[in-house]
Amino acid sequence: MLPDGAVLEARAINCWRGDRHILRDVSFAVRSGEFLKITGPNGVGKTTLLRVVCGLLPAESGAIEWRGRPVQGASDEFHTDMAYLGHLNSLKADLTARENLRFLAGLRQALTPADVDAALDRVGILSRGDLQTRSLSAGQKRRLALSRLLLADAALWILDEPVTNLDAAGVDLVEELVREHVGRGGIAVAAAHQRLLDDDPELRRLELN
Amino acid sequence: MQRAATFSAARLVFRRDLMLAWRRWDEVTQPLIFYVVVTTLFPLATTPDLSELQKISGGVVWVAALLSSLLALESLFRSDVEDGTMEQWVLSGQPLGWLLLAKVASHWVLTGLPLVVMSPIVGTALGLPFDAWGTLMLSLLLGTATLSVLGGIGAALTVGVRRGSVLLSLLVLPLAMPLLIFGSRAVTMVMDGDSPSGPLQLLAAIFFLTLSLGPLAMAAAIRISVES
Repeated sequence: MLPDGAVLEARAINCWRGDRHILRDVSFAVRSGEFLKITGPNGVGKTTLLRVVCGLLPAESGAIEWRGRPVQGASDEFHTDMAYLGHLNSLKADLTARENLRFLAGLRQALTPADVDAALDRVGILSRGDLQTRSLSAGQKRRLALSRLLLADAALWILDEPVTNLDAAGVDLVEELVREHVGRGGIAVAAAHQRLLDDDPELRRLELN
Repeated sequence: MQRAATFSAARLVFRRDLMLAWRRWDEVTQPLIFYVVVTTLFPLATTPDLSELQKISGGVVWVAALLSSLLALESLFRSDVEDGTMEQWVLSGQPLGWLLLAKVASHWVLTGLPLVVMSPIVGTALGLPFDAWGTLMLSLLLGTATLSVLGGIGAALTVGVRRGSVLLSLLVLPLAMPLLIFGSRAVTMVMDGDSPSGPLQLLAAIFFLTLSLGPLAMAAAIRISVES
């Protein structure tokens, strides 16, 4: 799935929100097989940084490079390689769990019902597959959003507070999924306050303040 | 797994919206009810004399269709932007303009097409002669489809604005004026025994212009809206 040596690099990112200078010369580089955890207190700009990296938010200055090429101008290629889990779950309350996956993850990959079931099973909500999403608990919704990552077939995962609302078993699940992804040569970048792979040898940290 | 083709992605968006509307049908029928109510109010307020009403029937049907299309537009992208679905569309690697066009197409099927289908009935209630049915329906077909795309641009621009419906009307109505003028003119001409092909061709030209440039404008507006 991934060529070796894929690198995500951010150089001297500066970003303002209103009159606040949130990101000042933030730089990092993550290689294939690595996991970057972004930490820092609330409001320090973790989400802003992730959205800038995704291309959802323009930075005032600085450059994002993916596989040695600037992301700007080749954003469709970059987005094909990337899966983003925001703090919103991007679910439709009126659709069932299966339909949500089919209609959103299906935009990226041609999915069979078996693919969808395998992803639901992996995050432990297969038995809830035909329930309307409105009747799922907050943790189950987060698991459903996580299952989209499994169907995205993306080299780069960008996760914004992935363990919000999850129980202890859910946190273990996220750690396991990230470890597998990184083990396959993928890259994961996550913002998190909580414990998340803190003792992993592949973990790299970026502290914003 | 294999990368999804752009066409099948657009078809998924289209089918998803039809399915969501099916589960929320009460929201979808509101514009249609508004359309019928407005047109039935006119004979009460003016005159029950059919020969008098006939003169304004084309115009009344067109104005009512225009206003009910606007009514349905405000919520077009709102829920998708608020629940984060739009972010995922922007980042899907698929051309955003196509996905949005598919969404607008399903919106038109749900709100524009019923207006077209109902128009002979509400027209007849206003004394519209049978000969003018075809022209009225064709002009509304082109007009509501154009309005859906135009309104899509306006809805994409105002999706981040609280109480954006007034702003949306101010943005879209001036652009919709030519549609109203050519549409009701076509109906009047056919009732006067002239050929309506001139205004109809102009409507078709506006439709194709909007269809070709609209997706680009919608995609650009949505990218700005998801920034916040």
